Amino acid sequence: MDIALPAVGGAGALRPAGAAATSSYTDGPVRMFTLAAVLWGVVGMTVGVLIAAQLTWPELNFGIPWLSYGRLRPLHTNAVIFAFGGCALMASSLYVVQRTSQVALFLPKLAAFVFWGWQAVIVSAAVSLPLGYTRGKEYAELEWPIAILIAVVWVAYAIVFFGTIGKRKVRHIYVANWFFGAFIIAVALLHIVNGAVIPVGWMKSYSVYAGVQDAMVQWWYGHNAVGFFLTAGFLGMMYYFIPKQAERPVYSYRLSIVHFWALIFTYMWAGPHHLHYTALPDWAQSVGMVFSLVLLAPSWGGMINGIMTLSGAWHKLRDDPILKFLIVSLSFYGMSTFEGPMMSIKTVNALSHYTDWTVGHVHSGALGWVGLVSMGTLYYLVPRMFGRTKMYSVRAIEVHFWIATLGIVLYIAAMWMAGVMQGLMWRDVNADGTLVYSFVESVKATYPFYVIRLVGGLLYLSGMLLMAWNVVMTAVAGRITPALIPPLAVAPAAAAAT
Amino acid sequence: MDILFLLVPFSVVLVFALMGVFAWALHTSQFDDLQREGDRILDDDRRFDGDQGPP
Repeated sequence: MDIALPAVGGAGALRPAGAAATSSYTDGPVRMFTLAAVLWGVVGMTVGVLIAAQLTWPELNFGIPWLSYGRLRPLHTNAVIFAFGGCALMASSLYVVQRTSQVALFLPKLAAFVFWGWQAVIVSAAVSLPLGYTRGKEYAELEWPIAILIAVVWVAYAIVFFGTIGKRKVRHIYVANWFFGAFIIAVALLHIVNGAVIPVGWMKSYSVYAGVQDAMVQWWYGHNAVGFFLTAGFLGMMYYFIPKQAERPVYSYRLSIVHFWALIFTYMWAGPHHLHYTALPDWAQSVGMVFSLVLLAPSWGGMINGIMTLSGAWHKLRDDPILKFLIVSLSFYGMSTFEGPMMSIKTVNALSHYTDWTVGHVHSGALGWVGLVSMGTLYYLVPRMFGRTKMYSVRAIEVHFWIATLGIVLYIAAMWMAGVMQGLMWRDVNADGTLVYSFVESVKATYPFYVIRLVGGLLYLSGMLLMAWNVVMTAVAGRITPALIPPLAVAPAAAAAT
Repeated sequence: MDILFLLVPFSVVLVFALMGVFAWALHTSQFDDLQREGDRILDDDRRFDGDQGPP
């Protein structure tokens, strides 16, 4: 794969300084992905609220199979991760790669295919999961025909992204693109390895791996999905949109590069922490634990780098709600990347595994980090997609921020309390070794926390609905104008130097 | 734990591939003048981004 810089120095490649740019960035797919992200955010979070309500009041499945919790839960996870998160990542990566490379997208029609193909994947999931078609593997539930479509769309996405880098006019590849690139490649590898199946029907297959071997592959996949899809990808977002919104460069660009390499080398090995005290060999569990602890360092390096970008400009946080979203997302990132390593310690995991503490941890990362950084980014992107630089209502962004943050805090606090309580109840034994509590007693004790969690989720969804309104108003009031690619600012000698 | 016969060689190959990419980056001057590269995305903001709309 030739990704050296060929463009600069070729005949006529440089336009004279001051000459009008004659081409524009390919923002069509970016625009569509930003709108789709908002739509799927609302959908995914609505399903989340519904299943949270069902855990509280099980009769809310109305006796209908396609509204049952077991079928709706993967619809929720797939919608928020791949539909909401995926569209937000595709929007931002395709926006950022163009701006930092100062070129339009490689193969723009293929980029349009990526958009429509991804929407087809999402719709297929929305139909097949409630119908009960599932592989039973978390975050990899979609059956093999859809998995093949995902692979095709993903390869197209990789071609568009890396092709754009290949034709870049700026020699240096900005750090955000490294994170996006790693995310794209890692997800391809994970999807292919964990997706290996023997089909036995149109929507039925069996994994080529079996038993605890399958579990190991699944959680190698699962944790790397967190590390590369939900972390590396969104760090790419963070490293571009925080400097842009704060109008300050990344605190330490050098650190961002160290952060990148340290993160991608360590993330791959953390998967076994999902399998503590299971049939997985003890030494494999220990490897997972150790690497998860090591991961704390690069994660916090990234968090500090992002937050300290505001050094000397903290006052901007007072008046800029988009910055609030972006910076607070990093606080939750820091919390989750501290909590995660702690929960990876075997003795801690012995208490937390299978409890709602895990759910709390997931949502601290999902609502706090992924959600808020996506929202901040989308609030930056949406106006620019419609010829403006501000959303229709900046006040609504502020309100959204506070509603969302309150919702997150209620959600995770409720789950922490529920989780620790469950862990303690399950391990409580009488002097003669019998269990003090039956399982159903722990379920009953969890009930009030499920109500609080539902309230938290409702708040978070309300914020998202407010965002959707704001986005629609901005789009309606704006105009789609092509974004012209400016003349290359870099001096020819520096750019052409090998 | 036969799955390790797949995961370990795969991971080793991956690590070497990553090291190769890092070496490529180093040798094509990706890490020269990091200060300027961090600042570059802020160059004349709206012109860099192609923004033209009202503030």
